[in-house]
Amino acid sequence: MKTTYSYKKGEVIKGFANRTLYINLTKGVIKEKPVTEDMKKKFTGGRGFGLKLLWDSIKPTTQWDSDENELLITTGPLCGTTQYAGSGKSLCLSISPSTNIICDCNVGGFFGPYLKFAGFDALEIQGKAKEDVIIIIDGEQGTITVETAPLEEINTHLLSDQLTHMYATEDTDKCRQNVSVISSGLAAEHSYWGCLNFSFYDIRRKVPRIKQAGRGGLGTVFRDKKLKAIIVKVEKVGGLSNHPADPAKVAVVGTKLHKEIRDLDRYQCNMRAVGTGHLVEIMDAYDLLPTENYRFGNFPKASKIYSPKFYEHFTKVIPDGCWHGCTLACSKTVDGYTVMTGPYKGEKVTVDGPEYETIGACSNMSIWDPLWILEFNFYCDTYGIDTISVGTSLAFYMEMYEYGILNKERCDGLELWFGNADAVLKFLHRMAKGDKGEFLTVASKGVRRVKDWIIKNSWGDKQLVEDAGMESKGLEFSEYVTKESLAMQGGYGLTLKGPQHDEAWLIFMDMVNNAIPTFEMKAEALHYFPMWRTWFGLNGLCKLPWNDIEPANNAETPEPNKVPEHVQNYVDLQNAVTGWNVSKEDLILQSERCYNWQRAMNVRLGRGRRKDDWIPFRAMGPVTEMEYMSRKERYDKQLLEKLGLSQNDVDKMTVKEKIKILYDYRRDQYEKLTDAVYYRRGWTPNGIPTPQKMGQLGFTDTKMLKMLQDTIDDDEKKGLNVWGGIYKKGEHPPSTEKWYWEKWK
Amino acid sequence: MEKPTTVKILKFHPEKCTGCFECEKACSMVHFKTKEGGDKSAIHITKTNSGYSMHVCDQRGLCLDLCPVGALARRKNGVVWLDKDTCIGCQACVAFCPIGAMRKSDARIEPFKCISCGACVRACPTHALELVDVPIAKIKQVVYHKQGA
Repeated sequence: MKTTYSYKKGEVIKGFANRTLYINLTKGVIKEKPVTEDMKKKFTGGRGFGLKLLWDSIKPTTQWDSDENELLITTGPLCGTTQYAGSGKSLCLSISPSTNIICDCNVGGFFGPYLKFAGFDALEIQGKAKEDVIIIIDGEQGTITVETAPLEEINTHLLSDQLTHMYATEDTDKCRQNVSVISSGLAAEHSYWGCLNFSFYDIRRKVPRIKQAGRGGLGTVFRDKKLKAIIVKVEKVGGLSNHPADPAKVAVVGTKLHKEIRDLDRYQCNMRAVGTGHLVEIMDAYDLLPTENYRFGNFPKASKIYSPKFYEHFTKVIPDGCWHGCTLACSKTVDGYTVMTGPYKGEKVTVDGPEYETIGACSNMSIWDPLWILEFNFYCDTYGIDTISVGTSLAFYMEMYEYGILNKERCDGLELWFGNADAVLKFLHRMAKGDKGEFLTVASKGVRRVKDWIIKNSWGDKQLVEDAGMESKGLEFSEYVTKESLAMQGGYGLTLKGPQHDEAWLIFMDMVNNAIPTFEMKAEALHYFPMWRTWFGLNGLCKLPWNDIEPANNAETPEPNKVPEHVQNYVDLQNAVTGWNVSKEDLILQSERCYNWQRAMNVRLGRGRRKDDWIPFRAMGPVTEMEYMSRKERYDKQLLEKLGLSQNDVDKMTVKEKIKILYDYRRDQYEKLTDAVYYRRGWTPNGIPTPQKMGQLGFTDTKMLKMLQDTIDDDEKKGLNVWGGIYKKGEHPPSTEKWYWEKWK
Repeated sequence: MEKPTTVKILKFHPEKCTGCFECEKACSMVHFKTKEGGDKSAIHITKTNSGYSMHVCDQRGLCLDLCPVGALARRKNGVVWLDKDTCIGCQACVAFCPIGAMRKSDARIEPFKCISCGACVRACPTHALELVDVPIAKIKQVVYHKQGA
């Protein structure tokens, strides 16, 4: 069965194709929607466009598997630029199975630029097909095709290669490079952890490589809609495909950054050699490397997985950017890796990675062998599941196993103790096969559902279970230990989609540099950095070239954490491509609009409130006595210095009593931080964006504003418009006025 | 097809140079069909305290492994050649050339370089330039520094 739609090929003008593509798989409808100037003004592009299209299509009751839920792939005006490193990102959105609110992910690979050059700023897919289909967006012919594809592979390492060869216009590497494929894998349909793999053909390795839109289960939505693959192909890509307003300026600022990377990367992050994996040794040194479900932050065996160990396996001296022109080139591969387990055992494959997060997911499970990490990386990728969610979930199950709360019988025969890599791979293979065991069925849905299952069965102490399982809003934490950084706790908890480090990474600023000591300063950082980082997703850019490479004189600038020269680069870049005349303050405004809009959409879906920004205590401090004792000096010191206890008191108390005191103190600290952040962002004490703030940002949508006002009024009736911190003498909340937001214009 | 073992590169005789810039004009004619020289020339002549210096690509080929789309290749005659049609204008080669010999003019997004065509040699009225054969093995550069390129 096949539906074809022909469209008039167009030109990208100053970064915009000026139309989006809509496909409804239930009704068999394919149509174009125009991009208006108002859309650009209010939503900029990329993730912003995705939010707008989703707002127009869903209801307050929409679930991830509702017919009307949409999967969106968006680009952004700067996406597809070849001169500036890190300009090929796509932004994907949907309602997540894990959280039931909007999840957005950014992903590299060629799909985004090709989608735009084929003619569309965004792809919007609604409904579900009756049987597996592939979508082909042919920018050469000017056609969109949806056709059934029952026979093709589902797992990415086979499917991506198959389709790249099938749809290349000629049997040459050059033509294969003009094709990009989105695919998932067998495990995506049997879990909430499904990811999307975006391909980019490598002419030297002669294979399609992949990047992931990992978090939130968008691959699960993909498979729920019976999508097997989405293919895009272009006729030609050039240095001017975005038709920038000032191409000479784009080349000047891009070349400047390339030279910076050329001269300094090897002394800074060493991305070109080892990718994000260089972080492992740094996190281990600072007690931040997640180990045994975040119980610890370092481990004596960690040097077995430091970056030099992976460097031995990586293929070298090959351009590795996931979009043309990225010289930061952080995507490494191990070619000719021999698979050790499962259906592809014995085959030689290309493993894309491992990235820091994947290595951290394995250290979290106490796996310290590079080969097992490569095995885990390979199968998560080809099975279409997110390494972060899988690792953090299994680490939790392993801790429960250690306590006897879970055991071999309760785990469908899987011996999930820390470090048992073999059991981890068995778990993945059984899940991919659709194993219907009771444990596998619930475990594949992640930490939140397993917590509920354990508690329902009364198998362990409820408090321990709630506080040890690292999820917030239903999504698993990514791989950093935040126990000693209040700012980073906010950076994970006070987010839109859940605990992903996408919005803020403040650990060093907070703990190493002590640059944000007060609540107000932390709140300012939790305003600026999420807004700044959101901006990349509106434009189709990668954040790594912003601060994983810095100019030589950066430390001498007034605000080195912002990397001001690079901020100016991005101002220049957006102006040079779009022809706009923005300032750096305008970039933050662009983000604030989309950020607040997304929060408001979550509110409409019944979430987006203070209680939803809760984080488990394992993210804030020692949950168990063993954790307290592993850092006894540090925690005892805090009781003396911060809580004013005497040495005598501390010596006499039991560890359990000391943990309780820390617990109450740190929970209150988090509430006070939340108060300061909500106020700074223009929200009510319950975390609702105020109509006044939305008005300041230029929004006039009456449906949206009324929904927010109704929610605030309802919160008033329920007594929820109150600060969460306990303010003692000499301390004060952000405002003592009851409805402070009504004064804002 | 046999791989080339030698390549012709430019040799400069500074004592013969009068700073007339005819070489640059001839070069920009080849690459941009204009006699402007300067930015549009692959060969650059610079005035120094003691006379003139010449700067140009020496065909060492470090850029070959940097191009994401394979637009750079060493041809049969050993010359490192940039294919404009394949090039996607990322400027990685421009920035990573250790001697800055990959050129970029505002007039075109694709960079350009010396192709050892000899136009500058023929244009020089005082024979200050000549093309000489060198063994590729002696001049080629592959890795930028030890850990990766």
